[in-house]
Amino acid sequence: MPGTFEPLPGGGAAVALDDVEISIIRSLAVQLLELIGPGPAEDAPDDPLAELFAEGPSEPPADPVLKRLFPDAYIDPEGTPQAKEAEEQRAYSAEFRRYTENDLRAGKRDNALAVIRSLDELSGASAGEGGAVLKLSVEESQRWLAALNDLRLAIGSRLDIADEDDTDLLYRLPDEDSRKPMVMAYLWLGGLQETLVATLMP
Amino acid sequence: MGTVTSPAPVEIERTESAEETFAVPEPDVPWVTIVHNDPVNLMSYVTYVFQSYFGYTKDKATKLMLDVHHKGRAVVSSGSREEMERDVQAMHGYGLWATLQQDRK
Repeated sequence: MPGTFEPLPGGGAAVALDDVEISIIRSLAVQLLELIGPGPAEDAPDDPLAELFAEGPSEPPADPVLKRLFPDAYIDPEGTPQAKEAEEQRAYSAEFRRYTENDLRAGKRDNALAVIRSLDELSGASAGEGGAVLKLSVEESQRWLAALNDLRLAIGSRLDIADEDDTDLLYRLPDEDSRKPMVMAYLWLGGLQETLVATLMP
Repeated sequence: MGTVTSPAPVEIERTESAEETFAVPEPDVPWVTIVHNDPVNLMSYVTYVFQSYFGYTKDKATKLMLDVHHKGRAVVSSGSREEMERDVQAMHGYGLWATLQQDRK
């Protein structure tokens, strides 16, 4: 079945992908990578300590996708804090961001890069055959799983999926709707993620 | 609390009032990590994260996931503030929407 991961004997997972599917996942992963941006050490590649001591941002990102990927740690979305309490939560969230966001961005970058790397190896090995079977180790599967989730969060955020009703609406979009291709990709990635997580379930 | 009556040196007096303003409420009240519902994360993935990160059994992980799904949120761990910051960071790494707060009942 297309778009379905199968468990490999002895651990890991495999999925058959055609050239179009490979290029869609790759291009989405590249877009995610560009959105997350480079690490703090890229401006000073000769200084091994730059990354270690660089502080992250204290303000939440302006982009809604990044805001969803890096939410405020101390602000309860359903909370109704007093003014003083709200100010304290913003200050704590800012501090948390300074110390964690660079690491979180690096982790998500590494996962997206792992996806791009395995797809490039696959298309290199299967050039001209129209498609190939991608085989992932358990460790690669875990990176893919997290990256597929980030991609779905990113697309979901771009499509303004805020509650379950929005998802139902997207299923019923007419073919001429400009969001249709993105919705198809979103649902297809969901199937990939669902079957990949099944291969990893303890 | 509030008025300093002892004839303490000015410096110390300032320190005390500063501490009062920014006092963290009862340090023995535990902190909790809360995971919030969102329509994108798959139920199976959320269960997987609870099992693999927290080491919860399949039953416990599934129950917590269903709480998130039906009630909109679930407390997934509790402990010191530092431990909860670690858990929240890990949840954000997995793409789950998590926050921490002191467990005022």
